[in-house]
Amino acid sequence: MTTTTDYGYNSKVEGEVVVSRADAVINWIRRHSVWPMPMGLACCAIELMAAGGSRFDISRFGMEVMRFSPRQSDCMIVAGTVTYKMAEVVRRIYDQMAEPKWVVAMGACASTGGMYRSYAVLQGVDRIVPVDVYISGCPPRPEALLDGMMRLQEKIKNEASTRDLLRERQRNRLAFQQELAGV
Amino acid sequence: MIATSTEWTEKYGFLRARDSLDWPAVECPQTELMEFLRSLKDEEGFDFLADVTAIDHYDADPRYEVVYHLFSTTEHVYLRVVTPCAGGAQPQCLSLVPLWPTADWHERETYDMFGIRFSGHPDLRRILMWDGYPYHPLRKEFPLAGIEVELPSPDTTEATGGATAKPAPMMGGPFHSPQHGTMARREPRADDESWTEVRERADNGEAAAPRDLRPQE
Repeated sequence: MTTTTDYGYNSKVEGEVVVSRADAVINWIRRHSVWPMPMGLACCAIELMAAGGSRFDISRFGMEVMRFSPRQSDCMIVAGTVTYKMAEVVRRIYDQMAEPKWVVAMGACASTGGMYRSYAVLQGVDRIVPVDVYISGCPPRPEALLDGMMRLQEKIKNEASTRDLLRERQRNRLAFQQELAGV
Repeated sequence: MIATSTEWTEKYGFLRARDSLDWPAVECPQTELMEFLRSLKDEEGFDFLADVTAIDHYDADPRYEVVYHLFSTTEHVYLRVVTPCAGGAQPQCLSLVPLWPTADWHERETYDMFGIRFSGHPDLRRILMWDGYPYHPLRKEFPLAGIEVELPSPDTTEATGGATAKPAPMMGGPFHSPQHGTMARREPRADDESWTEVRERADNGEAAAPRDLRPQE
């Protein structure tokens, strides 16, 4: 079946081949399937769950796959108050996630410690993990969370993924050579 | 059912009545504590231990008092029992775990926050703060913002490049409005100050502050 020439792509003429930049393809794939790791610590987790429900539907963005395993997820959504006792766990889970990974600080407590100015609460999760998107609110409405995730998608769109991949490949190759030399 | 503190002190001679706005409150010395609470539970019908907490009187002696809130589910009455802790800087008290198993975690919390050791407790360790935390936060000399300490585990400190538990920012931070001056200054301020009550009043020729409506002494 021929496609119309609205898209400038006629499958009868060009065949089933699309030419594009590597970054565009990689970033498109990554940003349209961000699998969250819901670090749901407090009340914001309820709004996160609401965003996963049918009324607000995070599934429109491909993010309904809430993987509680850090090995299988892309984005850690820190939803709730991080106490110093829990900070160790949050950092460990972050370290176990595979690249590429992003962190979203959802709500006031995760962004800055929120209303809890005290000895027991970490004043912002960005003190222990690098945060990509901060979402304000106490708790933020599900629409605000979705807006934050859309901004994360914009951020991923502008990443230099190919350069990062090549750099990592080079780093791994170097490490392997050093290991061989050591042996 | 006994309804007032004085009736309690009449029935049990070693008790003292304590000022209370809501329910009867009595003070009980530690020597009589276990027997008194056992008779409260078995004979007087106070089957529910609602809370175990403590008070830190910084300057008074004894410094710490442990407060028990008892409730009777059959009669729907409360009783507050307060007992002073011996030991000054290392306060001690008896554990109620043999009578009410719920006292387990409440006493752990009281130990964590005040440093009161409960003798006879099966597993007395911190519950809210982490095990190696060096302070007892609800003591009067501990600042609300906290004292800088290392994070609980060394691999987190290493992974984050030396992050510590710092004191929380108090007054002067982004979410704190100044607590002096007129109400208009004390309320949270927005970035956009194109309209403020002070300027409005000045434009209308009124005084900058609203009239003080408190009764003048």
